[in-house]
Amino acid sequence: MLFTDYSFIGFLAVVFVLYYGLPKKCQWPFLLIASYVFYFIASPSYLIFIAATTVSTYLVSLKLDGLETAQKAYLAEHKGQISREEKKEYKAGIKAKKWKWLLVCLFFNLGILAVLKYTNFTIANINGLLQAFHSDRQLSFLNLVLPMGISFYTFQTMGYIIDVYRGTSKAEKNLFKLALFVSFFPQLVQGPISRFNDLAKSLFEVHYFDPKVVSYGLYRILWGYFKKVVVADRILTAVNAIIQNPDTYQGGFVFVGMMFYAFELYADFTGGIDITIGIAQTMGITVTENFRRPYFSKNIKEYWNRWHITMGTWFTDYIFYPISVCKPMLKFSKFSRNTFGEKIGKRVPVYLSSFVVWFTTGIWHGASWNFIVWGLMNFVVIMISEELEPLYRKFHARFDVKGKAWYGVFEIVRTILLMSAIRMFDCYRDVPLTFRMYGNMFTHFDIRALNAEAFLGLGLSGADYLLLFVCLLIILTVSIVQERKGSVRDIIFTSGAAWKYVVFGVLMLIVIVFGAYGIGYDQSQFIYNQF
Amino acid sequence: MEALMEILENLHPEIDFNTCETLIDDNLIDSFDIVTIISEINEEYDVVIPAEEIVPDNFNSAKALYALIQRLEDE
Repeated sequence: MLFTDYSFIGFLAVVFVLYYGLPKKCQWPFLLIASYVFYFIASPSYLIFIAATTVSTYLVSLKLDGLETAQKAYLAEHKGQISREEKKEYKAGIKAKKWKWLLVCLFFNLGILAVLKYTNFTIANINGLLQAFHSDRQLSFLNLVLPMGISFYTFQTMGYIIDVYRGTSKAEKNLFKLALFVSFFPQLVQGPISRFNDLAKSLFEVHYFDPKVVSYGLYRILWGYFKKVVVADRILTAVNAIIQNPDTYQGGFVFVGMMFYAFELYADFTGGIDITIGIAQTMGITVTENFRRPYFSKNIKEYWNRWHITMGTWFTDYIFYPISVCKPMLKFSKFSRNTFGEKIGKRVPVYLSSFVVWFTTGIWHGASWNFIVWGLMNFVVIMISEELEPLYRKFHARFDVKGKAWYGVFEIVRTILLMSAIRMFDCYRDVPLTFRMYGNMFTHFDIRALNAEAFLGLGLSGADYLLLFVCLLIILTVSIVQERKGSVRDIIFTSGAAWKYVVFGVLMLIVIVFGAYGIGYDQSQFIYNQF
Repeated sequence: MEALMEILENLHPEIDFNTCETLIDDNLIDSFDIVTIISEINEEYDVVIPAEEIVPDNFNSAKALYALIQRLEDE
């Protein structure tokens, strides 16, 4: 049951009515039931995996909480009776026990993810190696299920258990509440990756029907569907035509495909998240924002602070920092400063940790070399821009362009082109082909090939292109208003009573009339559902 | 405190660390800066700042950061 299925709309309507219709104390338990029903409909076999993750995390979180409580009680009881060293030793002992339990939980849950998602990828690579060494032996692929949204809920749950270990989050004593945090259906399939401290309060508290909150949520849902079914699913036809036929669509069309894919992915992923946040909002639940107009970023670092924010902060908090500031890394940092000098030495922990983060980010997106190389390309670009920083500073000291509007536009366009180029690794069949198509973009470029007839051959009509252009303008205008003035819904809702109905009606009409439902269109899965 | 100020000012000479209290909130320092600062603090004060202490409250100002160092030294 996808967000774009009619059955999902029906499911949502039933959930909404019952959520506000049932006694208030039943709201969150009902959401848990609804989430498990949603997951059961997707596939009954998925339930065992999400339940295993929930129960194991619950048990370990109670253990961690117990150790923390025992430590507090011991220290309170022995206050003034034990020396500073004894206290330190006791705390270190408790920390070591907590660490062991955390590792058990991480190994178990990341193990499930690793086995289900990466076993066949590993087998494919082993087979490739065997073939390279002229061996006749080939390993058979396993028939494994990949539960929907497993990467998202596993990371969300592991973030929770690490927070409990660190003491920044309290262990949830109610198994069913934790189960709802793990499985909350709007965000189960493509995130955002929420933190327990951010989501729990509004997820479990009682919500009364508030017309304004519900209207805001419905607006957000509709805006999400507009981006998904009017824009992303429409442009998808042209993107597929280009990337699935690299022998036909070469030169300038590689660039066209690259930019079309950038537009499609933006509309698809941000649209999906709009629907998620909107659904939660109709029930009074606040889900963390995952995007902040990423295509207005002026450099790649800023881009990653605006795109898929919850994933970026997850990797920063739970992988980048722990690796960068662990004792062995600090020792290695000292060693590299002494060996390579101050300038290079102090970059070592940052670069090593970044490498791990981007490798992991790549493989998290999918079990294929395309994603790994995509991740590492991000790493390379970020490192190069770090190294070029002194040069930028000199440039800006010499030329006063920083505050100029045209320079801002240049920086934005540069970042869009760079990120879109890196994303080509998501598109083409394999890594060597992607590199070939980079070259091909320049070597086979022929402006005459980019004619109307060729564009119409991509499966879209002239009307479709016109509609996409208008949609691009609408999205751009809304983004500019959001960037400069804040919430567009606030503006609409304070602009006279009729406006909120007019805008909603027009948007609804656009979605119904121009949604890609017709013959030849195949309403597709959200791109991030497969992660 | 002087050694800490020197570490910070070497990293970002353009920021007034005496008065600024929104280093993280206003994105004046990023994750790369934080790791560099922690690494240099480790060298200067022999204090290891664990990952769980990397929160805006501890890194928003030089004063907060110095308080963190002192707390970790005492523990």
